[in-house]
Formats: sequence, C-alpha cells, structure tokens
Amino acid sequence: MPLFSRFTALTGALVLLALPSLAAPTKAKPAPAPTSDDCLACHSDPEATRADGKPLGRDLGTFAASIHGQGGLACTDCHADLASAELPHAEKLAKVDCATCHSDVGEKHAGSVHKAQSCTGCHGTHDILPSSDPASRTAHANVPATCETCHKQPPGPAGRGKSVKDGFHVGKVLAEYGESAPVCSTCHGAHDVLPPKDPKSPMHHDQVAATCGACHSDVKETWDTSIHAQMIASGRNAATCSDCHAVHGMLGTEGMPLWRVAATEECSTCHASKAETYRDTFHGKVSSLGYERVATCSDCHGNHAIRPMEDPASMVSAENRVATCQKCHPGTGANFAAYDPHADPHDRERNPVLYYATIFMKALLGGTFAFFGLHTALWAPRSLKDRRARRAAHEAERQASKGAGDQGDGGRA
Amino acid sequence: MKGEPMETASHEETWVERFAAIDRITHAILFTTFLGLSLTGLPLLFADAPWARTMALLMGGYGVTGTLHRVFGFAMLFCFAFHVGRVVFRLYRKRGPTMLWGPDSLVPQPRDLFQMYDHFMYFLGRGPRPQFDRYTYWEKFDYWAVFWGMGIIGTSGLVLAFPEFVSRFLPGDVFTIALLVHGEEALLAMVFIFTIHFFNGNLRPEKFPMDTVMFTGRIPLHELRDERPAEYERLVREGRLEHAFVPPPQRRLDLFGRFVGAIAISLGLVMVALTLIALLA
Repeated sequence: MPLFSRFTALTGALVLLALPSLAAPTKAKPAPAPTSDDCLACHSDPEATRADGKPLGRDLGTFAASIHGQGGLACTDCHADLASAELPHAEKLAKVDCATCHSDVGEKHAGSVHKAQSCTGCHGTHDILPSSDPASRTAHANVPATCETCHKQPPGPAGRGKSVKDGFHVGKVLAEYGESAPVCSTCHGAHDVLPPKDPKSPMHHDQVAATCGACHSDVKETWDTSIHAQMIASGRNAATCSDCHAVHGMLGTEGMPLWRVAATEECSTCHASKAETYRDTFHGKVSSLGYERVATCSDCHGNHAIRPMEDPASMVSAENRVATCQKCHPGTGANFAAYDPHADPHDRERNPVLYYATIFMKALLGGTFAFFGLHTALWAPRSLKDRRARRAAHEAERQASKGAGDQGDGGRA
Repeated sequence: MKGEPMETASHEETWVERFAAIDRITHAILFTTFLGLSLTGLPLLFADAPWARTMALLMGGYGVTGTLHRVFGFAMLFCFAFHVGRVVFRLYRKRGPTMLWGPDSLVPQPRDLFQMYDHFMYFLGRGPRPQFDRYTYWEKFDYWAVFWGMGIIGTSGLVLAFPEFVSRFLPGDVFTIALLVHGEEALLAMVFIFTIHFFNGNLRPEKFPMDTVMFTGRIPLHELRDERPAEYERLVREGRLEHAFVPPPQRRLDLFGRFVGAIAISLGLVMVALTLIALLA
C-alpha cells in the first residue's frame, strides 16, 4: 500500500512538526492560519486518499479560474473553521457560510422557499463563475438547466407541467433574444423565490398579471379593463394570465395548428356550463372537429378585455351584438343576432321552444324505436322458425319425389 | 306452370315486375345521397365522440365534409322534388283513384292497421301470416317516414345552409331548433334505415343476406304468391297476371345489386356501431 504508507508518513511528519508547539503550550501565540499552500500540500495530490479511501485531491484548477480564485481568496476565507484548526484537520468540516460576505443575498435566501437548500446547489462550489460569464451556472441562458437539476418537471397546474424548454419563453424567445428573454428567475425571482401561495410571491394569483405585465405592459393595460381583472381587484377569484396561457408549456401561436380551437378548453376550465352549451351549437360542433373557421369563445367575447354582457362596451352587449355577428356574417341584423349561442335544452325558462322541441324529438325517436324494435324482435324468431319448417317440408317433399323418381327410372330401365 | 310449388329462385322460372325502372333509379339516387349525407353528417352530429375528428379527417376534414354534405343534400332534394313532381303528374293524368286508395296505393288505410295486428298475432304464433297485398304496412311506413324526413331534414337543412338569408324573415331561435331537429331526425332516419329497414328488406331470414328486387325490379312468381297472396289473387282474378310477366333479371344487374347492397349494409352497420359508441361514451 504505497499510497497509505505515504499518507501515514506525511501525517507523521506533520505531527512531528507540531510537537515543539505542543511541548511549550503556555507562552506560544495561537498557531497561524494555514495558508492555501498548506492546504495544497495535501489537496493537490491527485493520488492521496483519506483513511476511508476517498481521494483527497481537489480539482483546484477550476478554483483558480473561479471568481473567488481570481479575487485572491484563500481557502480559509470560506472554510473559516480551518483557520484555527490543526492539521491534519477533521474530516467533517463546518458548512461554508456564504453570507459572511454576501450578507444581503443571505438575508433574501433565508426568507425564501429554498432556505433549506445551500447556495452551492445553484452556484457550485470551488468553480463559481460570475453570472456574466456564459459558462456560469447562473448565466441567463443557463438558468433553466440549473433549475431543472431539481425541478425536472416544472411545477404547475395539472397537465401543463411540460418541460419549460418546450415552451415559448425558454424554448424559442431565449434562443432568439438571449438576455432579454425571460427565464425561470425572471418570473420567479432568484434568491428570494417564494411559494406561489405566499401573497408576496410574484407567482401569487393576485400578482401574476403584474409579473407578466413587466414585459407585456400593453396586454396588461388591456386586461386591466376586463371583468377578470376587476374581479381579482375586488378580491374575487377570476382568470389571470396563467389561467389561460399554459404556464410552463406556454406556446407561441405561430405555426401551432388549432390554437384557436384549443383556446376554448382554457375558457371551459371555469365556464364549464357555457362550454357545454357552446359544444351543442353548430360553431361548437365544427370547432370540435378541428376546423378553425368558425366562431370560438374569443370571436364573440373578445380575449384580454372581456367585459360582462351588461356592460355597453362589451362585444356581446345589446348595443354591440349585431356588429359582433356581422364580423363573420355580413349583412345580418337584429333577427340574426337574437340567436342564442348558449341555448340550453334543459332550461325551460331561457329556451322554452328548444326545451319542448327536445322532449318531442326524444319521444319521437324513443317511440319509433320502441315499436319497431319490438316488431323486429318478435318477427326474427318467428321468421327463423317458419324457414326451418319450410325447409323440412321441402326436404320431405324432395325425398318423396326422389323416391318416386327412382321408381320411375327403375321402371324405365 | 301456375300453381306448381317452386321453392328456390332460378332463372328458368317465371318472374313478375315489382318496381319500374324509374322507381329503382329514384331509390338508387336516394340511398346513394343518404349514405353520403350520413357519412359526412355523422362526425358533426357526434362531434365530441372519440372517433369524430378522425372520421372527418379521413374524408378530408370538415372543410370537405361540409361541402360534400351540402352537395348530397341538394342532390337528394332534387330527387325528392322529381319524385313529388312525378306523383302529382300521374295523379293529374290518369291514376288518381288507384294511387290514392286501394291495394295499389301507398296511402295508409284501415286494412293496414288490421294487418299489423294480425302480423303481431302471427309473430306470437296465434294466427296465420296476413294476406299482404302490393304494399305492406311496414313498407308504407318506410315510404312516409322518408317522405316526412325529407320535408323536415330538408327544410331544416336549408335553414342551416342559408342562415343570413333566413334571418331576414325569421328570428335567430329558428337556428337552434333547426339544428336540433336536423340532427335528431337524421339520427332517427339513419338508425331506422340501418337497422329496421335493413332487417325488413334484407337481413330477415326470408331475405338474408339481401333482396336485390330494388336493383332488378323483379321477383319470382312464387315469391309473389307466398309473400303477397292478396296481390297474386287480385292479378289472377283480374286476368292481369300474364301481363306482369317479365324475363328473368339480368345476372349482371343482380350481381351489381349484391355488390352495392353489401357496401351499403356494411357502411350502415358501421355507422350504427359508431352511433352506439358515441351515445354510450
């Protein structure tokens, strides 16, 4: 075991070196902190191992290139517990406290959802590079990959947890626009990430619009006039950006087939009964088949600036309804706009004619099929029985005539 | 030859005409357009069914099926208009009384009710098979059901095809009702034709797997005597039987009928299955 013997020899030598100070403990000053060179005496040897066989060597080339190495920090600046330790030091070191220097960041982190995670999870250890360095784990373009080391499937409402890399923001905008594109930290924050339930989180339902509006200010302004925004402002629950726009799997509309049809699904998350009555209409049925050239929710109701029907500025108000229908059906008037696009066959108050017509049709179909179903069910077995009887009679007749024929033939022969 | 037992159809035996060429052509146009309308309309009727989008895409997507549906619809309505015109013309010219009443008429008459009752008694083994004449009660029902269906589905279809024009005269509610009636009547027509009519005309044991009379127009004399004894007696009594004799059907026409019929029956049964999937899903 040459390695082990070299290690024990080295240890022995160090112990011997320390002996004189041990021999005269009373007057001596505290031992000077080990220099980085002292550390490297052991830790630069790629073959040196600890007693348990783990390698002692550290790839310290990366430290020299790191921001801390470049800044001239010594090992003991971070490994502060070693400044007063005797060598060889204990195997278990105290946790490095980055907040010793980075106190502002430390404070933010201590209040975040990641407070139990250490800085090194995102930033690395000896090889930390500044965010401005493209190779850094925290460089803008690398943030999604760094977050994904833990968040393999970005959290989000069910069915929307596609990889953020497939989404529009990270998948496409980042590739095209670089620094100005949003990555995880743009929306979620970095050191101070809070759970979405926390009212201070930029991802809290009440804060989402402001967070998205930081970039999409024009949309935010339009949305602010909507019934959805007003409801949220008055403390009620209503759709904000992320309720319609699939959070992490966010897609661009360019080149995405059927996005207008898919968008009706977003509305139906909350407006289920309206979606159901829409599905009964010609518009709804045709769009279900994947055909986009018919009215979907937003064609009549608008999108970001949706207003309630009672609001005269609404696209579906009594004042604007005709004009809204005319977008697709030019030349139509009040008669046409009187169509109920959410007629409910079960609602006698709202659609009495439809209600009774539905009952009539059900009775007509039920009655016809009940009668002829019975007719057929009785006829089929009777018919089979008859056919069997006819065949038997025919067979008997054939046998009889055959017998007679044989006799006749015999007679002739 | 008359009165001798003949059990199996053969080309050597005597045949009588049942349907004139013009009626067979009308029926051919009717069932071709009916199948076309069913195939293109079914995905829209059950747009939420798991098979709907695929079925529409197989036919070229809604853009294509919507156009085809309108083309078939107009073709069927022209066929219907031609038939009604022909009936009116014949009424006007000569056949008035016998077309409107009596055994050669398709108009429902008290006798049909009695025969229906007798037929049920026969199903239950409590009586002989009724003495059917040229048109049985279920054949009359088929005729008038299609007649009624044409009126209802055709009218509502036109309302849905030209909403902007129709809305000049009628309120918007008419479209909701038209869509409901169009779909439900079509469902009734499809399932009725693909089950009851197919059974009555083709699939029941006497006819299985199909009866090609609507292609050849001819039936063997023994079939006339067995299945429509009243008509047979009437023809004999009036001395008209020999005038009804025709040469045996062309083998080609019979084969063509079997080929087309097999396709129609298969498509129909597939659509019934799709309907059941949609209704049960």
